[in-house]
Amino acid sequence: MKKYIDQGKVDTRSGFGEGLLLAGRRNSNVVAMTADLKGSLKMGAFAKEFPERFIQCGIAEANMVGAAAGLAITGKVPFIGSFAEFVTGRVYDQLRQEVAYGHTNVKIASSHAGITLGEDGATHQTMEDIALMRALPGMAVVVPCDYNQTKNATIAAAEYNGPVYLRFGRPSVPNFTGADEPFEIGKIYKLNEGKDVTIAACGHLVWEALAAAEMLEAEGISAEVLNVATIKPLDGETLMESVAKTGCIVVAEEHNMAGGLGEAVAGVLAANRPAPMVFVNGADRFGQSGTPAELMKAYGLDAAHLAEAAKKAIAKK
Amino acid sequence: MATIEELTKISSQVRRDIVRMVTAAKSGHPGGSLGITDVMTALYFSEMNQAPETWTRSAKGQDAFILSAGHLAPVYYSVLARAGYFPVSELGSLRKFGSRLQGHPCVTDGLPGIFKPSGSLGQGLSVAAGIALGKKMDGDGNRVYCLCGDGESEEGQIWEAGMWAQHWQLDNLIAFTDWNGQQIDGPTKTITGIEDLSEKWSAFGWDVIVADGHDFQSILDAFKLAHNADGKPKMILFKTEMGHGVDFMAGTHEWHGKAPSAEQCTNAMTQLEETLGDF
Repeated sequence: MKKYIDQGKVDTRSGFGEGLLLAGRRNSNVVAMTADLKGSLKMGAFAKEFPERFIQCGIAEANMVGAAAGLAITGKVPFIGSFAEFVTGRVYDQLRQEVAYGHTNVKIASSHAGITLGEDGATHQTMEDIALMRALPGMAVVVPCDYNQTKNATIAAAEYNGPVYLRFGRPSVPNFTGADEPFEIGKIYKLNEGKDVTIAACGHLVWEALAAAEMLEAEGISAEVLNVATIKPLDGETLMESVAKTGCIVVAEEHNMAGGLGEAVAGVLAANRPAPMVFVNGADRFGQSGTPAELMKAYGLDAAHLAEAAKKAIAKK
Repeated sequence: MATIEELTKISSQVRRDIVRMVTAAKSGHPGGSLGITDVMTALYFSEMNQAPETWTRSAKGQDAFILSAGHLAPVYYSVLARAGYFPVSELGSLRKFGSRLQGHPCVTDGLPGIFKPSGSLGQGLSVAAGIALGKKMDGDGNRVYCLCGDGESEEGQIWEAGMWAQHWQLDNLIAFTDWNGQQIDGPTKTITGIEDLSEKWSAFGWDVIVADGHDFQSILDAFKLAHNADGKPKMILFKTEMGHGVDFMAGTHEWHGKAPSAEQCTNAMTQLEETLGDF
């Protein structure tokens, strides 16, 4: 199978910080806003280079969303950054009214998503954010897989005309995509050709999917790996093409079963090309404190679990 | 710029529009709209640097108005139509299927004059503050106006916006509150501790101006005072009477969200002079 090299583990939020800086250099309308989480969101470099375009909002996320909508009305391209829970669930109505229904060009920079936020525990570990954002008409939902892709997705989000939900995380994860690979919102990236099973994943679970494909290869099973970096709008064509070939699919995400990538994929396949599916996700439960690695294992999101799921999918054919 | 005599004529017609629109729709919010009619008339026909011919949603090079208390849609629509933003004949379509005049304002169908959806309370002041900051960043010396309700100010986000606008010294932001002391469930005093609004806004570092929302001279003077570029955002507390101009609707929360019957509408029409021609 195609080999991917981990260029060194690094957090995806740092990819966002770098992408934000580059987007700010390209477009003087880009502004960065945060609710007292400049450091956690890695906005420091942007704030240093463009102090007049860095807008501190304090611990008041609702106002931050409204103010961002106002700035967008005047032609700015605001990135609003906070932890995933506090920039989705806490401000769902503000995002619905002012950003989605209000058609404002606001970019939601959502860090520390999922259980791999780790030690802080379930209050901070949102596993529902993708569902909330998918439900908003007109909202693009982007979940890049590593540092480089988060950087390039941030640049793409700045250039995209319309609201974007950009989800990334806290832990250091393998960085394996190209440093300057252009990112297209709405496209599934096929990382490995296979014929027995499709493994579709988003975020850092894409690396786990690649590792699972290697394990399967050792057992003579050929797995196709799809990086579903955009969950909405979903690239149904690539998805159906892959499943037409492999005949079954595993969908993996660091999210609740309800409303996540799995259900998005199921919706497309059920309507167009039904196929056996196995879902790998955090189920319908809250997270807990622990190291990211401990939690990935406990919640069944690591490569070993993905390989097992692939075999189950094949058995259902 | 309209004279006080002209403003008086326009506001009488706007009040007729409000009652007739809500009656035709068989639902809606007439009370608050009638109470803030004089202020909105003064804003659009005298105070604001904004014209239908040059209006864009970006508000570049002109003033912007944000309606935060979205249920005041009837007065907003009537004033916009009477000022020439869209045909007066469209007022009869309020709340009807396919209408650009949705029950609460929105930008979906591009109704001229509307900057944002309004309806979920407490959010408009933040948006207005964001536009005000955008104007500061762009060196655009125009102002942003924002209408809030006193009941609406029970929403915490209003006070988040209050802190933030003061911090960013948004003296180009002129917010005003329809201080009628009423909300759906009764007089504000009986609901929760929103008063004293004047002391609260002063404590938040805003310039506070109190004015009579049914006296055009008082309204215009208040807006003029609010032009003071002293680094502080402005809050005008307009004392108003809910349902003002129609005797059986005045001074009570009962008409916050209820449509008049055909007979009640006829009665109201005898109390409000038709000055510009009904829609």
